Amino acid sequence: MSWITKTLTSSIGKKLLMALTGLFLCTFLVVHLIGNLQLFKNDGGYAFNNYAVFMTTFPLIKIVSYVNYALILFHAFWGLYITYKNRQSRPIGYAVVRNSSSVFSRNMAVMGTILLVYLVVHMSDFWYRYHNEHLPYVQYTEQVSTGQISTTYLDDSYTQEVKKIETFNEEAGTRTVIVKDLYGVVSYSFQNILLVLFYVLAMFAVSFHLIHGFQSAFQTLGWSHPKYTPLVKNIGVWIFAILIPIGYAAMPIYFYFIK
Amino acid sequence: MTIKLKVWKQKNANSSGHLENYTVDHVSPDMSFLEMFDVLNEQLVQDNKEPIAFDHDCREGICGMCSMYINGQPHGPLKGVTTCQLHMRSFKDGDTIVVEPWRASAFPVIKDLVVDRTAMDRVIASGGFVSVNTGNAQDANNLPIGKDKADMAFAAAACIGCGACVAACKNASAMLFVSAKVSQLALLPQGQPEREVRALNMVAQMDSEGFGACTNTGACAAECPKEISLDNIARLNREFLGASISSQEL
Repeated sequence: MSWITKTLTSSIGKKLLMALTGLFLCTFLVVHLIGNLQLFKNDGGYAFNNYAVFMTTFPLIKIVSYVNYALILFHAFWGLYITYKNRQSRPIGYAVVRNSSSVFSRNMAVMGTILLVYLVVHMSDFWYRYHNEHLPYVQYTEQVSTGQISTTYLDDSYTQEVKKIETFNEEAGTRTVIVKDLYGVVSYSFQNILLVLFYVLAMFAVSFHLIHGFQSAFQTLGWSHPKYTPLVKNIGVWIFAILIPIGYAAMPIYFYFIK
Repeated sequence: MTIKLKVWKQKNANSSGHLENYTVDHVSPDMSFLEMFDVLNEQLVQDNKEPIAFDHDCREGICGMCSMYINGQPHGPLKGVTTCQLHMRSFKDGDTIVVEPWRASAFPVIKDLVVDRTAMDRVIASGGFVSVNTGNAQDANNLPIGKDKADMAFAAAACIGCGACVAACKNASAMLFVSAKVSQLALLPQGQPEREVRALNMVAQMDSEGFGACTNTGACAAECPKEISLDNIARLNREFLGASISSQEL
């Protein structure tokens, strides 16, 4: 067995892989949230739909996104495997248990499994439909000098080879863009209260997973220091377990109640 | 006081056990938990019944022999004490107390509440030592050690190897124990010659004994009678990962 395999399959090495992939997924959460904040722009989805085209066509982003999907799957199934192995370390349980650890830290696998189910639903709601189904197109005409945007919903039968057709009219000073209306799909999907509830509850799972997960990843990396650990714990709780889930949960709530 | 007990009875490693009910009368609040068991065992012997087997030795909290899982907590409800230092004044008259052995695949039950903890000895034997030169002990002042480092090493060395961390951990992980034993030597100059090999070997031995992996729940440190800090686990992670990368061994 090579030293790399030996290290990564040891109990600490297994956790190292969980920590590194987990922290990568945390950075993904930040980027995904910032991008999706464009849903809150009151422009008929102009910014968001253009962003969706960019995210699915720009080669570097495409590579990173497939790495991201692979790491999500790895993190999920490696985590379940470690949990299964850990269970074997106590074949006979206790009759009475008084826990002295946090409920979040003990249920990482449960929260993770909920999140895996959520991701399957989430990907088939938007990612799968955007890539594989016929979605209605929308045409935006932007007055370049004023930034004013007029929106025309194209006929359902309209389709185009490329993801985005962009034309300029020099005389009128306008830019015309035709793209798939993913914004419309999002907006329509979140009129379903059950889906809204499911998405909001899933964000609780994100929160509970990261209350423990973020700081635990640093502990696994050996990052424990009186100067920096309090900062890590605060970032984990306030940014990753509170701010980010609230930001995500605000989207379905916004479309259901306000939009 | 009258105390009702539900105690794990198991004939040997191969048989299956069960919780058995006992009642102990005339318990003094000043008795230690183990003395209450002594009274019960005397009574059982007088009644021609089999006494309950349990581990104990120094009865002053420094040997690490006593090992009872009391009402869902290793060493019972008090913080920072072993079972022998737990007194009956921590309980109320008429209380029912459930007493179980440490539960871990690495700690097979020998009989009743006695478990085999030699897995921990094998972890120590795999690297928890320093090379010692023969001859006269050198002058202590020849080895300058910072007070902060000495304090951290001493705090880690307070581990008595009782296995409460394993018993408390939902994964039956021995990380707190191993991290204390690695830390107490890695922090001091005397521990440097075997520093890398020690971290690698002790973790390998820990894994092969069947202890689980660490989930950083912190249950171990919360239940540790010597209040060993979780910082030691972070240090063990650093020592192990650092040694894996930098050691010459392929």
